[in-house]
Amino acid sequence: MDNEYNNNKIETKAADSSSGSYVPPADNIPASEIPEQELYHAKSFWTRWVFCQDAKVIGVQYALTATAVGLIGLVLSWGMRLQLGFPETFSFLGPATYYQSVTMHGMIMVVYLLTALFLGGFGNYLIPLMVGARDMVFPYLNMVSFWMFLVAVLVLISSFFVPGGPTGAGWTLYPPQAILPGTPGSEMGIVLMLVSLSLFVIGFTMGGLNYVITILQARTRGMTLMRMPLTIWGIFTATVLALLAFPALFVACIMMTLDNLLGTSFFMPEIFTMGEQLGTTGGSPILFQHLFWFFGHPEVYIVALPAFGIVSDLISVHARKNIFGYRMMVWAIVIIGALSFVVWAHHMYVSGMNPYFGFFFATTTLIIAVPTAIKVYNWVLTLWRGNIHLTIPMLFSLGFIVTFVNGGITGLFLGNVIIDIPLSDTYFVVAHFHMVMGIAPLMVIFGAIYHWFPLISGRHLNQTLGKIHFWISFIGAYAIYFPMHYLGFIGVPRRYYEMYDSPYMTTGVGLNQFITVAALIVGFTQILFLYNIIHSAFYGEKSEKNPWKANSLEWHTPEMPPAHGNFGKDLPVVYRWPYDFSVPGIDREYIPQHVAPSEVPTAKVEKT
Amino acid sequence: MKKKEESFFKLISQKPWEASQAILDNEHDGKTLAVSKAKLGVRTVMVVSTIIFSLFVVSYSDRMLIHDWRSLSEPWLLWINTVILILTSIVFHRTKILAENNEFEKAKNSLFVVGFLTFAFITGQLLVWQHFINLGQYASSNPANAFFYVLTALHSLHIIGGLYFWAKVTTVLFKESYNISKVKQNIELCAIYWHFLLIVWFVLFGLMIST
Repeated sequence: MDNEYNNNKIETKAADSSSGSYVPPADNIPASEIPEQELYHAKSFWTRWVFCQDAKVIGVQYALTATAVGLIGLVLSWGMRLQLGFPETFSFLGPATYYQSVTMHGMIMVVYLLTALFLGGFGNYLIPLMVGARDMVFPYLNMVSFWMFLVAVLVLISSFFVPGGPTGAGWTLYPPQAILPGTPGSEMGIVLMLVSLSLFVIGFTMGGLNYVITILQARTRGMTLMRMPLTIWGIFTATVLALLAFPALFVACIMMTLDNLLGTSFFMPEIFTMGEQLGTTGGSPILFQHLFWFFGHPEVYIVALPAFGIVSDLISVHARKNIFGYRMMVWAIVIIGALSFVVWAHHMYVSGMNPYFGFFFATTTLIIAVPTAIKVYNWVLTLWRGNIHLTIPMLFSLGFIVTFVNGGITGLFLGNVIIDIPLSDTYFVVAHFHMVMGIAPLMVIFGAIYHWFPLISGRHLNQTLGKIHFWISFIGAYAIYFPMHYLGFIGVPRRYYEMYDSPYMTTGVGLNQFITVAALIVGFTQILFLYNIIHSAFYGEKSEKNPWKANSLEWHTPEMPPAHGNFGKDLPVVYRWPYDFSVPGIDREYIPQHVAPSEVPTAKVEKT
Repeated sequence: MKKKEESFFKLISQKPWEASQAILDNEHDGKTLAVSKAKLGVRTVMVVSTIIFSLFVVSYSDRMLIHDWRSLSEPWLLWINTVILILTSIVFHRTKILAENNEFEKAKNSLFVVGFLTFAFITGQLLVWQHFINLGQYASSNPANAFFYVLTALHSLHIIGGLYFWAKVTTVLFKESYNISKVKQNIELCAIYWHFLLIVWFVLFGLMIST
């Protein structure tokens, strides 16, 4: 039993037939039953780089747009932190500006940065390359998808410049307050926000169609579903979730836009304001909450599942070991995806719902912990006795595991009704969701960028700057969010512009100042990272092909960075899964997916 | 396509690292389902639309329970529109059969009838809107009216989206040469989409007249 998992040393002796090695008679290349895709060949500068139908360029366009809007979200968070840490110091931060910053920061980060970067950015770049396709199945639709996203972003940004400014209703946009006078941006800001979200959903649906159908129907020969890298499994499941969940946001946005513009009362109850009755009657604000969270909870996993997938591949490649429990990892992704649709009301424990309803949702919420914990164990077991290379992607992956466990465990507490009620709407919740769906996915995004940057640009990112970026971001994130848990425990409520001299603040003041300083330092480090990307894209150290010695197809294109059409004249044929690292019985350390069995006749079957 | 489709659960219990599974996997042609990309695309769109309309139906049923709800008096014009939509589906089905039998000239004329009937339906819906507006029943007057406007508008937008693809197929038929199997498939997919929208209309109309 002992040597079953001892994959690190490379055995060169001939295969022992009793240990299950498999020597095929000859390589069997299946006939190509799918005709080659007709590619659109761009001729001018405009069709090649701007209105481009190549998924790789679209991926980069998505990533750049998401990063640009994400920077705005970052600056908004500084505004909030300055107000919280040093109240009454900055004249430009009034209550309205504060609430607008909170709202726009939340919506930008969740929807326009994380969703767009994982599915639009990594999805577009990696799906065709990893499954061995020349492009997405509907390239034109894919292009339209990006332009819809860009228009959605521009509409969102334009709300900064309209009378009244952007909406300040909180990222959940709860009616009735979101569209009543008194809330910042209740004039035009909220309408632009709702329109922008609707455009985003339409654009995403076009992209999502592409991702799902490319993964299902356009893989190369030999690439079964269970030979796909976990990155693709994560992106696939997340896209399915998004296709099913975004309609709820769309429906909620349409009805609220009408409530605002036409005076309907879908969500607006009878309201007295300033001694007068408004025209609305009988609408149900709780209905909006149900619709919003029916989208909002799967949204968490739309961000988390691609992160799970990508981090599995990073850990496997940089620890030179096959992923522990590949099938279990796939099942966990699918089960988490399915369960994410029956937990939404755990965001609404304090909305006055039936206690039995809350009991049901607490139960389903806690059940999600099971597949999630399986994934964490599998990552740790992959590292166990692996040949761990502490490269920057690996550092970020390790940072992800720790942060995700941390945020996940506070989630277990918040998932219980009885513990959630006192903690609801405190900084404990803020700390929880920033850890689990802010910092943890960002760790993966950073790791993935350091990992795939050589593929995209042909150059390495600067290692020293990368290490500085990692350590400051990692330690800084804990410096920000650990104190925030404590603030939540002593009862500091979230969403308050200023605490004045309420009793919490005697202990809270110093902590808030500390958090603010840490947040500013971490924020500026991200600018260092951007400098690293821009500088390295032009002057970075040139990368050799397949610098990380990975097995998946994207590293084995004829040219690097991959050219138009991805794979040269012939599409690769796949003979194995992407996790053949340190396989016993042969003198090479890794076997790429397209290496035929006859080239490695002595390879033994790896235990998993 | 002689593909055997295995259940999803069977697929995800394969052990890709085992030698016996590797032999099977090496024969794999890269497709999961035995349908064309376009057909799968249309199906996905129909699933997403179904969710949108279902969520509206749920919201409708939830909103109905509140005291200020007054039910809608549907004009007889809506029944005529329904008949027109049924006719459109029947004609589209006939077009599909004509195309399958390679009678493209007849199919072309038949497509024109489809287009005409579809425009008639949308005009009919606008007339119903005008009817309500003349009665002074605006979206803000009554939640049932608001739902009526939203649902008919969304349904018509879906039809207009379908008309874009209808126009594409029809223009292809005017060209000197075209890919026959592709045209057949596109007509079939458009027909499926029109049937889908008819079913959606039955559900929405049924919901509105029964409450």
